[in-house]
Amino acid sequence: MSTPILEVNDLKKHFPIRAGFFGGTTGYVYAVDGVSFSIAKGETLSLVGESGCGKSTVGKAILRLFDITAGQVVLDGQRIDDMAPGTLRPMRRRMQVVFQDPFSSLNPRMRVRDLLAEPIRNFGLAKDSADLERRVGELMDRVRLPRDAVNRWPHEFSGGQRQRICIARALAPEPDLIICDEAVSALDVSVKAQIVNLLQDLQKELGLALLFISHDLAIVEHMTHRVAVMYLGKIVEVAPRRQLFAAPKHPYTEALLSAVPVPEPGAARERIILKGDVPSPIKPPKGCRFHTRCPYAFDRCRQDEPELRQTEDGHFAACHLHDRPAAENPLAGARGAAVIAHH
Amino acid sequence: MSASVLSPGDVAPEAVKAAAPTPDIMPPVKVRKGLWGFMYRNPSIAIGGTIVLLMILMAVFAPLLWTVDPTALAPARRTREPSAMYWFGTDMLGRDVYSRVVYGARVSLIVGFAVAFFASVAGLAIGLISGFVRWADGIIMRVMDGLMSIPSILLAIALMALTRGSVGNVILAITVAEIPRVSRLVRGVVLSLREQPYVDAAVSCGTRTPVIIWRHILPNTIAPMTVQATYVCASAMIVESILSFIGAGTPPIIPSWGNIMAEGRALWQVKPYIVFFPAVFLSITVLAVNLLGDGLRDALDPRMAKRL
Amino acid sequence: MALLEVENLQTHFRTPDGVNRAVDGLSFSVEAGETVAIVGESGCGKSVTSMSILRLIPEPPGKIAGSIRFNGRDLLKLSDREMRAVRGNEISMIFQEPMTSLNPVLTVGRQIGETLRLHQGMSASQAEARAVEMLKLVGIPEPQRRVKEYPHQLSGGMRQRVMIAIALACNPKLLIADEPTTALDVTIQAQILDLMRDLKRTVGAAIVIITHDLGVVAEVAERVIVMYAGRKVEEAAVDKLFGAPRHPYTQGLLGSMPKLGSSLTGEETRLQEIPGLVPSLKKKIEGCVFASRCPHTTDLCRKVAPALEEKAPGHIAACHYAIKEAVAA
Repeated sequence: MSTPILEVNDLKKHFPIRAGFFGGTTGYVYAVDGVSFSIAKGETLSLVGESGCGKSTVGKAILRLFDITAGQVVLDGQRIDDMAPGTLRPMRRRMQVVFQDPFSSLNPRMRVRDLLAEPIRNFGLAKDSADLERRVGELMDRVRLPRDAVNRWPHEFSGGQRQRICIARALAPEPDLIICDEAVSALDVSVKAQIVNLLQDLQKELGLALLFISHDLAIVEHMTHRVAVMYLGKIVEVAPRRQLFAAPKHPYTEALLSAVPVPEPGAARERIILKGDVPSPIKPPKGCRFHTRCPYAFDRCRQDEPELRQTEDGHFAACHLHDRPAAENPLAGARGAAVIAHH
Repeated sequence: MSASVLSPGDVAPEAVKAAAPTPDIMPPVKVRKGLWGFMYRNPSIAIGGTIVLLMILMAVFAPLLWTVDPTALAPARRTREPSAMYWFGTDMLGRDVYSRVVYGARVSLIVGFAVAFFASVAGLAIGLISGFVRWADGIIMRVMDGLMSIPSILLAIALMALTRGSVGNVILAITVAEIPRVSRLVRGVVLSLREQPYVDAAVSCGTRTPVIIWRHILPNTIAPMTVQATYVCASAMIVESILSFIGAGTPPIIPSWGNIMAEGRALWQVKPYIVFFPAVFLSITVLAVNLLGDGLRDALDPRMAKRL
Repeated sequence: MALLEVENLQTHFRTPDGVNRAVDGLSFSVEAGETVAIVGESGCGKSVTSMSILRLIPEPPGKIAGSIRFNGRDLLKLSDREMRAVRGNEISMIFQEPMTSLNPVLTVGRQIGETLRLHQGMSASQAEARAVEMLKLVGIPEPQRRVKEYPHQLSGGMRQRVMIAIALACNPKLLIADEPTTALDVTIQAQILDLMRDLKRTVGAAIVIITHDLGVVAEVAERVIVMYAGRKVEEAAVDKLFGAPRHPYTQGLLGSMPKLGSSLTGEETRLQEIPGLVPSLKKKIEGCVFASRCPHTTDLCRKVAPALEEKAPGHIAACHYAIKEAVAA
């Protein structure tokens, strides 16, 4: 297999908690605590999990919007986490981002043309002003907005249209990877479908790799190739889409799938309702981080932290259940069908 | 799914059932566009702005407004009551109070606007540095905290005591006292703007930090800065009057509202009009500037703009 | 007679650039003990409807017309004082954001007790005992301890449980839940929906749930009202609506939602898009409100607004081209 476009190795990001008059560090928020994955060229990897699991922090760490605590971020064979700002800048062209909130993602005091021209100018991609204008026009075509809208201000657009502008801006420097940080979560159902379809089309046309960060499992299943499930700063399961949705190998994934409300009244499904809330990332539980809520937890889970291990081809899970004989492993069979409604 | 329950294109005319139209429950809104619409929606800006504009015109065209030399002494006509000849009366040296009040507007407005301008520029620079240079932030903010703990009047008096009384020095003294307020505001705005996704997006787009400050941060501080500048302007006018009133401000030969009131103070019991007229002008001007500031805050606040 | 009968409800707002007809001629009813969902996208008027029922719309700039009969009394004709006796007592409400809906400086117990003391004249100790009982009812562990805690000491899911406890404290006949799970994570949402289903059995209040999430609707509702541009476009029992939607908007909404388990069928599907944007409510819309985005629009749709008609027993839709059951059969 060729070099992956992105490789993340044992990424850690601990935010210090400062308190008191002198601002001393009193503890850390273990937002991301040892995350590894890779994305192949043209592939979509989804990072799913609930709020506070650290999925957005992973995205921002890859973009190097802050420095990481430990680990490596490798973009197309080059380590970028320790690069000097001067060397990093040209690398930034290759990975772009689309954020959740289309309202605060666009500078309200810049016209659409200037918003789209900014990355093109920064990376010196246009030969002259006519070329710049042509590129801006093409970007508007790509995201299916009228070309004459480039003279308008962001506030003149609806949420969905703004998200199209954000996508156009991300496409402007011709990147290889786009990080979509909850990019469709704030949109209305019908607009969401428009943007999901647009992203899928663009990926096919341009061969983009996507890191799709989301909490919406139905959307993730619809558009991803592989899924990584995060819980409290760690990846608990990674698998190709069909394997994960057909037979989740981690109790948390299973519970997540069963918790999604399905638009089919009276659907017969097995429901796993997790007890309690996600523990604080300031003091993550010892042993398996999920043991406080896990319906299958046993003694070992409270002591040892399970490692992410391959359970079958391309399917990784961090759960001690897989060390037990199949008869004692509730996740041995195909669970997805039971927790997802039948069609 | 959709085909089975819809039959587009073949509906018999007699089968068409129209919904009853819904009545209007409130009179239609007359949409006002352009300058008049803006004034109608923002009465504070309209009223405050108009009064401020009138005051500026009065100060600029003071010689044309039936005034006489405001410094001309006429001992023979001392302390005359207001009349057709002397609209606001004359003071203890026989000077025409009307002319002095009209000319006095120049000092108040110059001091107000100059302080607003210089304090904004200096506060903007300090606030930007504070918001972007982490190690400098602590030092700058502690200095500003220190400055803010001294009442601004006292600070201005102390600074005036070190220098010669002149309008320039009054402006300097009040500006120094106002800078901490503005820089704290700018710092707060800068810190919150830095967290905006569009700034993160700009970083990801390879935009350099100076350009980010110039293009993404600065333009978005203008609105809150403008509002703050109006409040600084109003407060500077008051401080100028106080300084002049206690004799620590504008030199007595230049008529300013504070000076006129200071001179009329001794005769307050018998000739109240000498104090009354400059006081009314000062109050109205400060009120108008504050109204303008409130109006601008409402009009420029994006959260208010999104309301129904 | 139904518990709640809303007839020709109109809620309009004055804005600088026109009258916003947020809700325009909405009629529906809720039977005692029934769960009705109002669904629609942002700006369709569903939240304004719930606020109008409780008369929480500031007037001006708003104005409410029509009638809202609750237990036979028209709420729009009550005095402010009489209305206060209804709110939180006979009708109560749960909001989307549990953090901002709770008072941060009062303990949870005080906040539950307050409505009891106000509406039912309980003493402080009675109210506290009842507060503990309510916390137990909504599944909060260690209610004796939690009753003395402040909202910031609770997690998001716990706060929403407290909100529900407050809402149910006075045994209301009608509970209005405005996006009760939207701000919550999916596993917490599952807990809250489960709780709501349980409480429905034990408490027996009628529930009006307002949401944009068709998944939530399918989980809890018995009857569904679909709103678009301030109007009801379709209403049916939940299985009928999901099984055979009659209005093109409802069909579009269902088609634009990806379904969980879609990868298991093995076929790649494309999400159905509803093109275009919701029309501005500040202009009067001629013809059908959905005409500008509907894939089946004809000249008739653009000229004549379709009336709400019963297309099948208990299944109402406002579309000229939705086939009536009798014709289809």
